Amino acid sequence: MLMALNERLPATPNVGRPAPAGSPVPAAEITFDVRNLSVFYGANEAVKGATLQINARGVTAIIGPSGCGKSTFLRMLNRMHELTPGARHTGAILLKGEDLYARDVDATLVRRRVGMVFQKSNPFPTMSIEDNVLAGLRLNGLRDRAFLQQRLEEALRAAALWDEVKDRLKRPGTSLSGGQQQRLCIARALAPEPEVLLMDEPCSALDPIATAKIEELIQQLRERYTVVIVTHNMQQASRVSDRTAFFYLGRLVEYASTRDIFTSPSDPQTESYVSGRFG
Amino acid sequence: MQTLRRHDRYRKFKSAGMSVLTVVCALIVVLPLGLVLAHLVREGIGAINWAFVTQLPKPVGEVGGGMANAIVGTFTLLGIAMTVGAPVGLLGGIYLSEYGAERLNVWIRFGADILNGVPSIVWGMAAYALVVVPMKGFSAWSGGLALGFIMIPLVLRTTEEVLVLVPNAYREAALALGLPRWKIVTHIVLRTGLTGVVTGVLLALGRVAGETAPLLFTAFGNRFWSHHLSEPIAALPLQIFTYAISPYDDWHRQAWAGALVLVFLAFLFSTGVRLFFADRKKSPAS
Amino acid sequence: MTSSTAVAGASRLRLVPPSRFADRAFYGITLLSALAVAALFILVAWLLYRGAHLSIAKFGWNFLVTSKWDPVSEEFGAWPFIYGTVVSSLIALLIAVPLSIGAAIFLTDLAPLRLRQPLVSLIEMLAAVPSVIWGLWGVFVMVPWLRDHAFPLLKEYLGFLPLFQGPIYGVSMLAGGIVIAIMILPIVTSISREILRAVPDLQREAAYALGATRWEVTRIAVLSYARRGLLGAVVLGLGRAVGETMAVTMVIGNRPEVAKSLFAPGYTLASVIANEFTEATTDIYLNALFELGLVLMGVTILVNFLAFVLIRTTETPGSRRA
Repeated sequence: MLMALNERLPATPNVGRPAPAGSPVPAAEITFDVRNLSVFYGANEAVKGATLQINARGVTAIIGPSGCGKSTFLRMLNRMHELTPGARHTGAILLKGEDLYARDVDATLVRRRVGMVFQKSNPFPTMSIEDNVLAGLRLNGLRDRAFLQQRLEEALRAAALWDEVKDRLKRPGTSLSGGQQQRLCIARALAPEPEVLLMDEPCSALDPIATAKIEELIQQLRERYTVVIVTHNMQQASRVSDRTAFFYLGRLVEYASTRDIFTSPSDPQTESYVSGRFG
Repeated sequence: MQTLRRHDRYRKFKSAGMSVLTVVCALIVVLPLGLVLAHLVREGIGAINWAFVTQLPKPVGEVGGGMANAIVGTFTLLGIAMTVGAPVGLLGGIYLSEYGAERLNVWIRFGADILNGVPSIVWGMAAYALVVVPMKGFSAWSGGLALGFIMIPLVLRTTEEVLVLVPNAYREAALALGLPRWKIVTHIVLRTGLTGVVTGVLLALGRVAGETAPLLFTAFGNRFWSHHLSEPIAALPLQIFTYAISPYDDWHRQAWAGALVLVFLAFLFSTGVRLFFADRKKSPAS
Repeated sequence: MTSSTAVAGASRLRLVPPSRFADRAFYGITLLSALAVAALFILVAWLLYRGAHLSIAKFGWNFLVTSKWDPVSEEFGAWPFIYGTVVSSLIALLIAVPLSIGAAIFLTDLAPLRLRQPLVSLIEMLAAVPSVIWGLWGVFVMVPWLRDHAFPLLKEYLGFLPLFQGPIYGVSMLAGGIVIAIMILPIVTSISREILRAVPDLQREAAYALGATRWEVTRIAVLSYARRGLLGAVVLGLGRAVGETMAVTMVIGNRPEVAKSLFAPGYTLASVIANEFTEATTDIYLNALFELGLVLMGVTILVNFLAFVLIRTTETPGSRRA
């Protein structure tokens, strides 16, 4: 059940506040406003009462041990979780002030604004590189050839793939290496110019060199996009993100600037996790 | 080590014997294929000539002529059958794979499997009652419809089986792009499983191409060319049957020839299709 | 040109708004198509019933047990055809089932891997041969051979049984059964093979570990585990046998009589419909044929239903072998 949006939420230290505890962040700069979100698979509560705000632009990492609810949380941000049978939630998520789950909101439209890249790269097997990148545009009705070409190059450049594939755009998407395929998926997700890019453990199936390339890419993306990345690799989180949220057993334990989380975490559980004592 | 007791030697012997028996079984199972192909080739190859493929049957008792109208007729009927059977079967298979609730799906699958077991002559009777009686005559429409009925549950099952194998990762990726559900099904899922789906349709076509019984009182057969689809139409299996049970030697000879053509078609549509598409699937598009 | 619109929203891209109608319409037509299965059942049953109503009204349940089939006096009974269908199918099963299961065992456990796919393809080819071609071969090759060689032998050695007495024509119940057997071999073999493949390796390994011979492993660990599924395969073969039309018509002799001898001609439900449908001059004649069709359809639906219940409740997920 949706809460009335004017209900006051309890103030919790280090949650929902950007690290410099000075002037409050102006509302327009907040991309995601998550309020007391609980997510269920049937009777199983995967996320328990999470409240946080994700700012526009920059990279937010979500870390935690397996099964802590981070992927579930991520998939709530682009309305992918609801595709699982038995999925339900309480609480609210606002995207730029609009309730994501309001009755008249079309999930398809939400997903056009919030893109996603998955753990294992999944370029469409019957399509060329070009068709893959433009799939989100073409299949949504865009026909303007010139515009499509422009977006194709922009998206591939943004994904740091243009130089490698510009001469073989007609080759099948699956003819690329694993790391390149993942960057292709990133280009595909970026082509429709989403406001947000969600990444669900994007490097876990890749070798270190490919991983490094993608981490570099993420650093470039943070200038223009709001990136939320789920990762079980703490070092990766500390490398690429500005802010980090630590989930444990479904609870949002701590959410602060990455520097603070890794050097001076407030919560003892956070400290145990980031110093490798468990997980 | 002890030498084997006599009982154990017996057990080993028995096991070897049973193994040999299974080999014999396997050989006997494929034996009829060899027998029938041998005869088809021997009796039929002589009668297949250009005249056979291009001419109409000669009047009763006269030697010569061909089965041109039957060959064309078979393809005509297959065309009608495909327009009836393929879309319904395809869309139904899509439902089972992409939308269906499991409880309903179990029943639909069951129903399709049972329909697949209904004798083809029953479909002929249904088409007779549905089309021949109101039209007051035999026609290609009724024959094609009967064959189309047979195709529906076949195509439904093969389509479902193929689409279910398309990995969910692609559906997820397409969903995350904000594509509407129906576009995902048609442009992503169906496209990915296309070879398998087409194989299924071709296999079903091959199966109905050889059917005679449903055509006996729908298409009925024709000694001449059919000029309208509302006329009776010749078909290869029908012609073979008519000639085979006739008293004329020349017709018997032509029946063998026709059978050779028919079995070639049947193999083309089944084994040929399977081999061709299996190859395509394995080699990556370069 | 770098776009500064990244955070501004997709509305700038002039994408087509998603149409709820298109989604719903597509869902609707796929659902309707799937329900076509149910519609076909109802349609066929209704059409046959309507076509048979005169005969049903006139003869009632007696139809099933009356032996007389006389178009002239308009007396019709289904019994000779039911008898013919049952007997020819049983003969077919007796011949085909042991062969098929034997071949299936060979294919799953014994055959060298290189041999498996070619054999499977051969069996697929066997299944692809149309019924009328079996009939053609049956009438010109098999029947004369039976008449001149096999039947006299049977009569000589087994003639003390009433099954193998009486005049030999060639076309006969036994010929019908044999040709049906050939045609159901592929399906019984391939389903049996699927069933046997689904038996988990663990079962086999346990038996081997106890020192069983190969055959004992097959008998104890595989066949008994797969018993139910194999029964399903057999029943499926029966369903197929009952419906075979063309090849049977050409070799069974087409005489509506109940005879003890297998050498005597017979007639099956499907054959009589095939032969006499276009000759049926009176309404009651045609109705009687439709009623036979109803019986035929009823029998095949029941048999197939039973078969799939047996097969579906047997197949276990688990280690499948190549």
